[in-house]
Amino acid sequence: MTYVQTLLGILISALLTENFILVKFYGICPFMGVSKKIDTALGMGMAVTFVMAIASAACWAVYHLILVKLSLEYMKTVAFILVIAAIVQVVEMFLKKAVPALYKALGIYLPLITTNCAVLGAALVNVQNNYDFFQSVFFGFCGGLGFTLAIVLFASVRERVEKADCPQCFKGFPITLISAGLLALAFMGFSGLKLF
Amino acid sequence: MEIVTAIVILGGLGLIFGLVLAAASKIFYVETDPRLEQLNACLPGANCGGCGFAGCAGYAEAVLKGEAPIGKCASGGNEAAQEMAAIMGVEAQAVTRKVALVRCSGEKHYDRDGNLTSGARVKAEYEGFKDCLAASKVGGYGPLSCKFGCLGFGTCVKACKYGAMSVRDGVAHVDEDLCVGCMACAEVCPRHLIVPVEPDRNVVIACASLAKGAVTTRGCTTGCIGCGLCRKICPKDAITIERNLASIDYSKCDNCGMCATVCPKHLIKDSKVETLGEPVVKSINGPEVKV
Repeated sequence: MTYVQTLLGILISALLTENFILVKFYGICPFMGVSKKIDTALGMGMAVTFVMAIASAACWAVYHLILVKLSLEYMKTVAFILVIAAIVQVVEMFLKKAVPALYKALGIYLPLITTNCAVLGAALVNVQNNYDFFQSVFFGFCGGLGFTLAIVLFASVRERVEKADCPQCFKGFPITLISAGLLALAFMGFSGLKLF
Repeated sequence: MEIVTAIVILGGLGLIFGLVLAAASKIFYVETDPRLEQLNACLPGANCGGCGFAGCAGYAEAVLKGEAPIGKCASGGNEAAQEMAAIMGVEAQAVTRKVALVRCSGEKHYDRDGNLTSGARVKAEYEGFKDCLAASKVGGYGPLSCKFGCLGFGTCVKACKYGAMSVRDGVAHVDEDLCVGCMACAEVCPRHLIVPVEPDRNVVIACASLAKGAVTTRGCTTGCIGCGLCRKICPKDAITIERNLASIDYSKCDNCGMCATVCPKHLIKDSKVETLGEPVVKSINGPEVKV
């Protein structure tokens, strides 16, 4: 298997077969919370993609350059939480100063991502699969795209469900959870995809 | 021994990140105008969008930059405008409060056999999305016979952030005490029925039908047919009939309510008169006389 094939495999698995939300059930909180409108869902997805790629890079560095050298691998979860929280804060400050337009688009979502388990999940999966630096960043980026795909699809479903005439007892969250389950079932269809 | 390394390393990492964050907050410090905070404090913070900006913070920023005039906040009203003017150091014009008015009187009332006694006729049962825009696209101007009337699916009720709208007898109503005049309802109304009026104006024309008299009558018992009785009786010549619909020029109107008394369809509403059904004749210079 060549390197490019590995990357393609990462892309397909992160987007579809191993989708963070609908297959692995990471990051359900923003998935439910920020999926009322397609616009906001897209904004959240972009912010997650952005943070996931950066966090994957930083976590790879911390893990391989510090934790492995000192044989402290078992502390990776705690260390990654630290890294991610710090990075999101710095990125937020940097954007506010340097790219105010991007800050306006992503700004309100960034603090939400600080403790998003999808970002932590991406870093942990990177370690599990022994990805090198570039693969880690690529996986983080693709995982974010998968998150965006799932949340935008779900938001468009939800916009219609809101207007639909559904039984009183199912209104609001019950019907939302059911539609999320159905969407996850649909994504199970991708698990048959044969990878390289 | 191992636990000591773990504590030291993780503690060290935390310390480094803390220092980086502290440094970053100095390096990336963005100076914000203190007036922005003050302007934000003047605004109600409901983010109704009535000013045309993305929320209260957006409007405050636009005012600070001089891109927006003071006094666009209908919810904050005159008070907010004066406070904002004081902060910005300019004179503000007095802002008059306005409330939303639904220009439709087609409240549907049925007798015991289900026959329509007054209001707009329903030509078809609508079973789709409970949304006015969706309903208005179905089967030739929606399920009502009147193609100008309120559909009553409550899209404006959902749009109202202040709980001032409700649907009664198939027509949206505004609670004038709760309404702040942000006109978020008017923006979502597919019939463009909702207009701002000053709340001390007690006489309003609650119909928007531009159809000819015969067509209006077929669709609704309380639709304006453009008969012109109100125009004839108006002592101030404030009423004009255009495209089969009466309208009041409020710069001339003196709230006498004569037009409401003569309207054969009872769609000119005078909030000072309890029942619109009884004919009341007022002499212009004397006291009210009931016939």
